[in-house]
Amino acid sequence: MSQRISEHVPSLHSGQALSGAERCSRSVVEGSASQRVSRLASQQVTQYPIPNTQYPIPTTISPLPAKFGPYGGQFVPETLMPALAELEAAYLALRSDPAFLAELDDLQRTYVGRPTPLSHARRLTAHLGGAQVYLKREDLAHSGAHKINNALGQALLARAMGKRRIIAETGAGQHGVASATAAALLGLECVVYMGRVDMARQQPNVLRMQLLGAEVRPVDSGSRTLKDAINEAIRDWVANVGDTYYLLGSALGPHPYPTMVRDFQSVIGIEARAQILAQAGRLPDACIACVGGGSNAIGLFHAFRDDPCVRLIGVEAAGKGLDSGLHAARFSGPRVRGGRPGVLHGAYTYVLQDEDGQIAATHSISAGLDYAAVGPEHAHLRDLGRAGYTAATDDQALAAFQLLSRIEGIIPALESSHAVAEAIRLAPELAADQILLVNLSGRGDKDLDTVMQALEGRK
Amino acid sequence: MSNSGGQSTGLARIASTFARARAEGRAALMPYFTLGYPDAATSRQIVRAIAAAGADLIELGVPFSDPLADGPTIQHATQVALDGGITPTHCLVLTSRLRADGVTQPLLLMGYINPILAYGVERFVTDATAVGADGFIVPDLPPEEAGALEAACRTHGRALVYLLAPTSTPERVTTIAARTSGFLYLVSLAGVTGARDALPVDLSGFVERARAAAHCPVAVGFGISTPEQARAVGRIADGVIVGSALINTVTTAADPAAAAAHFVRDLRAALAPTPSR
Ligand SMILES: Cc1ncc(COP(=O)(O)O)c(C=O)c1O
Repeated sequence: MSQRISEHVPSLHSGQALSGAERCSRSVVEGSASQRVSRLASQQVTQYPIPNTQYPIPTTISPLPAKFGPYGGQFVPETLMPALAELEAAYLALRSDPAFLAELDDLQRTYVGRPTPLSHARRLTAHLGGAQVYLKREDLAHSGAHKINNALGQALLARAMGKRRIIAETGAGQHGVASATAAALLGLECVVYMGRVDMARQQPNVLRMQLLGAEVRPVDSGSRTLKDAINEAIRDWVANVGDTYYLLGSALGPHPYPTMVRDFQSVIGIEARAQILAQAGRLPDACIACVGGGSNAIGLFHAFRDDPCVRLIGVEAAGKGLDSGLHAARFSGPRVRGGRPGVLHGAYTYVLQDEDGQIAATHSISAGLDYAAVGPEHAHLRDLGRAGYTAATDDQALAAFQLLSRIEGIIPALESSHAVAEAIRLAPELAADQILLVNLSGRGDKDLDTVMQALEGRK
Repeated sequence: MSNSGGQSTGLARIASTFARARAEGRAALMPYFTLGYPDAATSRQIVRAIAAAGADLIELGVPFSDPLADGPTIQHATQVALDGGITPTHCLVLTSRLRADGVTQPLLLMGYINPILAYGVERFVTDATAVGADGFIVPDLPPEEAGALEAACRTHGRALVYLLAPTSTPERVTTIAARTSGFLYLVSLAGVTGARDALPVDLSGFVERARAAAHCPVAVGFGISTPEQARAVGRIADGVIVGSALINTVTTAADPAAAAAHFVRDLRAALAPTPSR
């Protein structure tokens, strides 16, 4: 990696200069490229027509674009509008501040352990008998998932804004752990909201947060999962907006969060793109990532957005099956009672809801994907057809979890196992000279209880 | 009823209601109640009782599964109502029943934006107008995002009431005060809805700033819990909004409608002008 991490954030918006060898066309011209392209074209993820919305969204006047196409915006109580403007202004200032970028860069290297490796999963590849599978190893980032990239960036921002108290929501507990870690590192107070159901299924992470000095507040409203933890965090922020920084953990929520979180996570794709070029000499045919709120996926996708030959595939949680009603598939779920544009947690985006606009209950074996809405930039990428979205069931994720553990010596998070499941499905359909780049967003230690119980239950 | 339906605009009815209260030398009383709590029929009785007990305007809560501007009391009422099967359509039906029951006060539907989007913005305003609603309060819809709803309200002569918070910057106070219709809703404190022991200390300064910018009545809500607090707020504002405290009263009462009426009567008495001696 020759590129300094400090160049990553601003480079996102200026667009990177590509050398000839890095261009998409180069990899397409090579080998059986035309074959590859047509094969991929025939496998396009089903695109549904864009639903009618009767709601023309006006543009928010704001220094950074507040919307991705029609999606995004700031649907929040008035109390928070000034806080969002303050946040945006602070972020804009810091984003081009060399001292801030140098500190982030230094911490990414000397604390988080970046760049994370790109591993060629040779035995998995041989087992599947198709495309070469590469794994971007965010599971090796400090605290065990990609979540630290964002948590550290935002915690530095909070400190620069003079906020001493950080609040966060968490589903799988990884963002809570990452926030507690960053708060400990920077000497900030940290409160994490977590649904009671998630606390039970991610118990190790609750203990980790507490050891790191954070207060974990159980949330007993609604479905007692991620959605309700976000509600509670927003309520806390509304009441304590003067001294509190809301460290939102995914590329969702009101503007500027989706943009800011994506920027902090885009280090994943920037590294991965350089690594695959260095290791394989060409761009991948597809990038695959699981999509909860969408931060690890958008972080991977962003560096490849201008490489038209690279398919971008997001994998949602199909839970017990798309027709079971027990899933969290906002894009790939059924049209009836499935996801359609609406507002949840401050953004206009695809939301699982009933015909009356009440937010639907969701289900996934992975707490981190168990969420009714999705980051607004994904909604836009989907409408544009630039990214495709598919889904993996609990069972497929479990099988991927077991296979990767046994065959590569890597225990993936259940969230990440959904992305691995899609690679398992897709790789055999492709040729051996094709490449799938899978984002292994986190490690699976937190999931051992859940997995053991699920496997027990099958016997 | 001549004042159900859309012949007279909601805006005019709201304006004349505030004007009447002012002529009596007092602030207008605006209770909030969640439709469908504890069930549809009882909520109808309660609102009828509130109307008879001296409410000047009434806010009818339209339940949403994720009420992120609300504290525990309204969250609970909302959840009970949703568990009972209430929908936005039922809320409109209940509104029309209340008109049929003879409730003449201005009625404002208060709810979150997603159910309105799901219903269809224009259709919702059309149907709400037809059943006799006079305006809308949508706490997660700042003016920046409200273009479509604002346009529909203008077409149908309904109020779209915007909220100001203590955190609102001077620029926002100016623009929101200019864009609101019906009245301006001041959120008394930085926080969610819910009964509080005391009023925020800096409330009068906030009300003054808002009043200086407003072209319409200024009402204060969030946290007002007792007749004493209502009286204090009534001295500085044109309207006093009481929600969670009313719901708490109903929740603990053997006869919900009677308890609601009793509480509203006390609030209204507290707002009466003190006779000069
Ligand atoms: C390991 C891991 N991957 C993925 C996710 C899903 O979040 P996102 O879609 O924002 O990457 C989570 C969330 O908790 C997670 O812990």
